[in-house]
Amino acid sequence: MWKDILNRIDDYCWEIPPTYKDGMRVPGRIFATETMLEHSFEEQVFQQVANVAFLPGIVGYSMAMPDVHWGYGFPIGGVAATRVRDGVVSPGGVGFDINCGVRLLRTNLTAQEVNPKIESLTAELYASVPSGLGSGGRLRVSEKELDRVMVKGGLWAAEQGYGNEADVEATEESGRIKGADPDKVSRKARQRGLPQLGTLGSGNHFLEVEHVTEIYDDDAARAMGIEQVGQVLVLVHCGSRGLGHQVCTDYVATLGNAVKKYGINLPDRQLACAPIQSPEGQSYLAAMACAANYAWANRQCIVHWVRESMIKLFGKSQRELGLEQVYDVAHNIAKIERHDVDGKKQDVCVHRKGATRAFPAGNPEVPAAYRQVGQPVLIPGDMGRGSYVAVGTESAMERTFGSTCHGAGRMQSRSAAKRSLRGADVAHALAARGIVVRAGSMSGLAEEASEAYKDVDMVVEVTHQAGISRKVVRAMPMGVVKG
Amino acid sequence: MGKGFHTLDHTADIGIVACGESLAEAFSNAGRALFSVITDLESIREKEQRDIEVTASDHESLLVGWLNELVYLFDVEGMLFRRFEIGDLGTDRLTATAYGEPFEPSRHQLKVGVKAATYHMLQVETNERSRVQVLFDI
Repeated sequence: MWKDILNRIDDYCWEIPPTYKDGMRVPGRIFATETMLEHSFEEQVFQQVANVAFLPGIVGYSMAMPDVHWGYGFPIGGVAATRVRDGVVSPGGVGFDINCGVRLLRTNLTAQEVNPKIESLTAELYASVPSGLGSGGRLRVSEKELDRVMVKGGLWAAEQGYGNEADVEATEESGRIKGADPDKVSRKARQRGLPQLGTLGSGNHFLEVEHVTEIYDDDAARAMGIEQVGQVLVLVHCGSRGLGHQVCTDYVATLGNAVKKYGINLPDRQLACAPIQSPEGQSYLAAMACAANYAWANRQCIVHWVRESMIKLFGKSQRELGLEQVYDVAHNIAKIERHDVDGKKQDVCVHRKGATRAFPAGNPEVPAAYRQVGQPVLIPGDMGRGSYVAVGTESAMERTFGSTCHGAGRMQSRSAAKRSLRGADVAHALAARGIVVRAGSMSGLAEEASEAYKDVDMVVEVTHQAGISRKVVRAMPMGVVKG
Repeated sequence: MGKGFHTLDHTADIGIVACGESLAEAFSNAGRALFSVITDLESIREKEQRDIEVTASDHESLLVGWLNELVYLFDVEGMLFRRFEIGDLGTDRLTATAYGEPFEPSRHQLKVGVKAATYHMLQVETNERSRVQVLFDI
């Protein structure tokens, strides 16, 4: 029973004491309401949050965002920072889909203008952005070129004519983590990544045309080019495809051996890790950076085709349509950052697995355009409930190493979702609400139905009330493309 | 267990349990379970074969390594397999032959994309019968 385990810190924050499990180096902290704990938290989540607290060098707390659900090793929706000096890095704290993330485009269009064309726009997007299982991409790159993609990320894409410098600047890490080393990426990972560059994937990855339904913070919204309710935005949610998956697979295996070598005691094998200052740890970070950069190049290519589709459909130029990138965030990643730990600035490795960076106004990592308002945080919900844009806060820096939630967490298993819903019914129900869906797989559609997800409104409200991110915009889908 | 395997409920992913008279049979059924998650096993024809070798530090890692090799072959060559013959199965090495064919959109309906086999809730038990359990990240 959660009441026997957790201590209340405030209405939105609960603590798992280090006494809960022998070996915890720090407490656990869970951001949620009492109602959520009562209804949508599985026991395994507390176990996993506690297990993460075993990691050598962990500082602060082992954290869970309100959209948390149990994963493998780390929960999904978990944040953990370890000292760079003597702490570990864990691929499980990043996830298989390295740099799964979100990119948002704003437009000059209104829902009124787009509605009559939403069917054909969604069809055009479905045709021009490769997606789905077993399908090939539109790009052909050589192995040498792939090396450049892994090092230059979003910059590579811009140099090839996919997107521009403004896009690169409006991306976390400017679209490339330095220190990426293609030599640390296996041949298998490259083979999986080569044909998949510029593809959306499947599962919970999607591309969405949406319209703004609410603006909570006019100044922050305006800084992002979002001025009015009804304004149309486009959201892309996808990651590093097979390349990232294989990098994680490879390094979970390698670091599984490193754990023995370095005498690290873990309660869960999937927390496999190595000291950051070890060859194994450095290799993982260098390979993770390659996969992250690949994902940024990927999203940039996809947005290029989104722009092309819209230009074609509306018969106006990119400039007339105002198709500018708002921002791009990663929500499966490990970042080396400088944070305040017990009153001293320290270099830490912040693992965000199903969590998003949320840096405040004034932070030098935040692009100039947003430095007065804070870093944009892009939070996709599920297909039916829409998404949010928020900004990072000073409170996030104090409480969560500058992190917040990533979206709506899953509540229902995929098989349970499929048992209770049919893809065709889901599509029908969405259509009845005026939402057009183009999906490659009907069973995939059933698995992704709203009922299977936690409520994004509740999740975002908790982060807002807890002060770790601040709501700026709410948007609802008009047309969705899924693999 | 009729077909030698079944799937498990999990919030975000899919798990499988596979059994056999021997550990080799359980490993073989785990391979079939993987492809049953990806597509309809009956739709796969045995037109080609692949020889596979996996090394790892123990049986659990070997199971994960074996399944991830199959995930890799699907992702890179589009290979769908319906039958396996396990050759050697030591504590640190497995050899096998996999029978199947490359994915063809007109004949194979792909249900789910498997990113990897994970160590989560991983179990390898071998007594009179063998039973393995694996969760896939999808």
